[in-house]
Amino acid sequence: MAKAAAKTKAAAASASVERRPALAGRTLSAPGVKVEMLPPAERISLRAPQASLAALSKALGVTLPVKPKSSATKDGRTALWLGPDEWMIIDEAGNDPLADCAKISALHSAVGISHRNVGISVAGPAAAVTVNSGCPQDLSLDAFPVGAASRTILGKSEIVLLRTAADAFRVECWRSFSDYVFTLLSEAASDAAN
Amino acid sequence: MLLIRCPYCEEERPELEFRNAGEAHIARPTNIAAESDDDFEKFFFIRANPKGVIYERWRHIHGCARFFNAVRDTVTDKFIMTYKAGEPKPAKLPGAAK
Repeated sequence: MAKAAAKTKAAAASASVERRPALAGRTLSAPGVKVEMLPPAERISLRAPQASLAALSKALGVTLPVKPKSSATKDGRTALWLGPDEWMIIDEAGNDPLADCAKISALHSAVGISHRNVGISVAGPAAAVTVNSGCPQDLSLDAFPVGAASRTILGKSEIVLLRTAADAFRVECWRSFSDYVFTLLSEAASDAAN
Repeated sequence: MLLIRCPYCEEERPELEFRNAGEAHIARPTNIAAESDDDFEKFFFIRANPKGVIYERWRHIHGCARFFNAVRDTVTDKFIMTYKAGEPKPAKLPGAAK
C-alpha cells in the first residue's frame, strides 16, 4: 500500500513539473521569411574571470569565445560572448551545462536560465530585414557575419541575437516578453515581404 | 541615430543600446564620515554642467552591460572619444587644437 502511495506521489510530482514553454509551436510564414518558436533548450548565464576560462571551456566542451560579438558551437552547444566576462551557453542537445560547470573548482558563477528565455527562429532571405525592423544594429554580413552574437534591443525589449546562417537568426528573449517579441517579428515579417 | 563606440565591444553601436550615467571622474572621499556638510554637498550634488566638452560615464546596458567613459561636446552632441572605465582622463583629445 505504501508502495502504491509512493507511486501516486511520483506521478503527481512528474505531472506538476511538466514544462510549458511560452508560445510553444507558434509559427508565422510570410513570403521570404519564417518566424517560429524554437523547442526548449538548456541555458546558463556564465560569469567568469580570465583565469577560469580554460577550465570552463574544457568542462563545457566548447571554447568560450573572447572576441566581442562572437560565438562558438560544438555538439549542439553554443557559447555566446555577451560581455568581457559574461557568456550565455545554449544547449540544444539536452545536456545540462550547469552540471558540467558544477564539476570544476575554478572561480565562476553559473546561473540556470533555461526557463527564463525562449528562442525564436527567424529564417529566410528576408530574415535580416525582419530583425532590422526593430533592431538598430548593422546586420549586413560584413558587420554581423554567421556566428556573430550580441545582446541588443528589438523594439522595446532586450534580446540576444545570434546569426546561425547567412539568412537565419536565433532571437533569445525573456519569456515574459515573448508575446511582444513574436508579434513584432510577425508584423515585421509581413512587412518585409513587401 | 548617434553611433557610440563601446571600448569593450570595440565597435560603434547605435545609441539605443546605451544609457547615460552622469559625470565621470568624481572621486569618492576616502573618509566620507569626516566630510563637512559643504564638502559632501559638493561631492554629492554639485556638477560642472559645462557648455562644451564634458567627461561622462555611459553604460552599454543593452550590449556588454559595461560602464565606460566618454568625452562629449554638449553643444554639438558629438562624441569626441570613449575609453574604458578606470582609465585616466585623456591628456589630449583627438582633433583638439594644442
